Amino acid sequence: MDFTIIKSYFPLFAEAFLLTVKIGWIGIALSFLLGIICAFILYFKIPVASFIVKCYVELFRNTPLLVQFFFIYYGLPAAGIKISAEVCGAIGLGLLGGSYMTESFRSGLEAVPLTQKESAFSLGMSKGVLFTSVILPQAISISVPAVVANIIFLLKETSVFSAISLMDLMFTAKDLIGLYYNTTESLFLLVVFYVVMLLPVSILGSVLEKKSRFKIFGD
Amino acid sequence: MEEVLKIEHLHKRFENINVLEDISLSIKKGETVVIIGPSGCGKSTLLRSIIGLESIEEGKVLFEGTSINPLDKKDIKIRQKIGMVFQSYDLFPHKTILENVILAPVKVQKRKKSEVIEEAEKLLERVGLISKKDNYPRQLSGGQKQRVAIVRALIMHPEVLLFDEVTAALDPEMVREVLDVILDLSKQKRTMLIVTHEMAFAKAAADRIIFMDGGNIVEESIPEEFFNDPKTERAKKFLKTFEFEKEKE
Repeated sequence: MDFTIIKSYFPLFAEAFLLTVKIGWIGIALSFLLGIICAFILYFKIPVASFIVKCYVELFRNTPLLVQFFFIYYGLPAAGIKISAEVCGAIGLGLLGGSYMTESFRSGLEAVPLTQKESAFSLGMSKGVLFTSVILPQAISISVPAVVANIIFLLKETSVFSAISLMDLMFTAKDLIGLYYNTTESLFLLVVFYVVMLLPVSILGSVLEKKSRFKIFGD
Repeated sequence: MEEVLKIEHLHKRFENINVLEDISLSIKKGETVVIIGPSGCGKSTLLRSIIGLESIEEGKVLFEGTSINPLDKKDIKIRQKIGMVFQSYDLFPHKTILENVILAPVKVQKRKKSEVIEEAEKLLERVGLISKKDNYPRQLSGGQKQRVAIVRALIMHPEVLLFDEVTAALDPEMVREVLDVILDLSKQKRTMLIVTHEMAFAKAAADRIIFMDGGNIVEESIPEEFFNDPKTERAKKFLKTFEFEKEKE
């Protein structure tokens, strides 16, 4: 391994890293928002909307991100809507992630025992108070592990960004290998940057998991 | 004495099984009524129907003379006047003991927080749990949790308290501490409807015993009469099962 090469590649990877992180987190924020809204729709069994959400979740969970990107990136302009590669990346990731987040939040909401609702009901709570004070805080704690897993999964899915010509980490590595054949150095940097991107999330996630678990389950 | 709660011809079916068949009973102010009977006789369903956790097919529940439907939104105020304590305590695990107790009075009854806290502390003191007020439910024993659940119901100032087999999930030593709290409430002339399997407690606390079987009220009498000289064969047989247990010991 040649460290002078690594040194010269470093700024390129750093730039790609920032782009990946930026679009990745925007996408994750979108997926979070979408997941919460869709989970509420499913939990409250809102007619029609529930059916639409179910279709959306199944469609996006069961198709690869790459295919979704092709539809958004090449399909939308054909329909007269022009978006940049960056916006496309964020939306694509948001839509894919939203389908996963929906299921995580929904299962969290449904995991709160019925007896909790009954005891809150017997204390004369309205549906609103019951939901915000009793169900939601517990559901959030229950959802944390699944949501953290989703975030890590989505950050790794950013490696598909190169398909829509976004200069993310994967794109940079592939490009450099193609140009100069410095496979070892490029792959080394690729791994390092992915780990740097994901390790903090992983650690923070398990801390958060422990805290929320402790609050409810005490272990 | 005035009637606080009155149940008229209550029917409840689960699919094809009649869980409650034409139940009628009334509870006077300050009265402690204990319902006993074999498992599956409908006693828990009766309590759950009163507070609206079960829908009813036929019949009426009257609270202070007016017919109520606890499932109805406009009757939410009345639901607050009927408190219920469950077998599985069902404290809110994400809230401390004090938070568990003050949540409903503050959020539902919109009472002043400082005033509610003051009352909560007094009540916790009375059941011997003031030192646990900042703990979470998981840090408490079953008996302690159940005492908190009773306080949580009491602080709403209910007119009637319903107890649904509140000691059934507890270790024998913990049963006592919970029953003592309820016995204390009975002495304070609280209006209570209690479902229990603790016969000695029923004898001590009840002003009136209701014996249920197969969704019907089979016998209704004062405790001395019921335990010493039951009128029906069914009640005799039921009470025998407890004697048998005693002989085995």
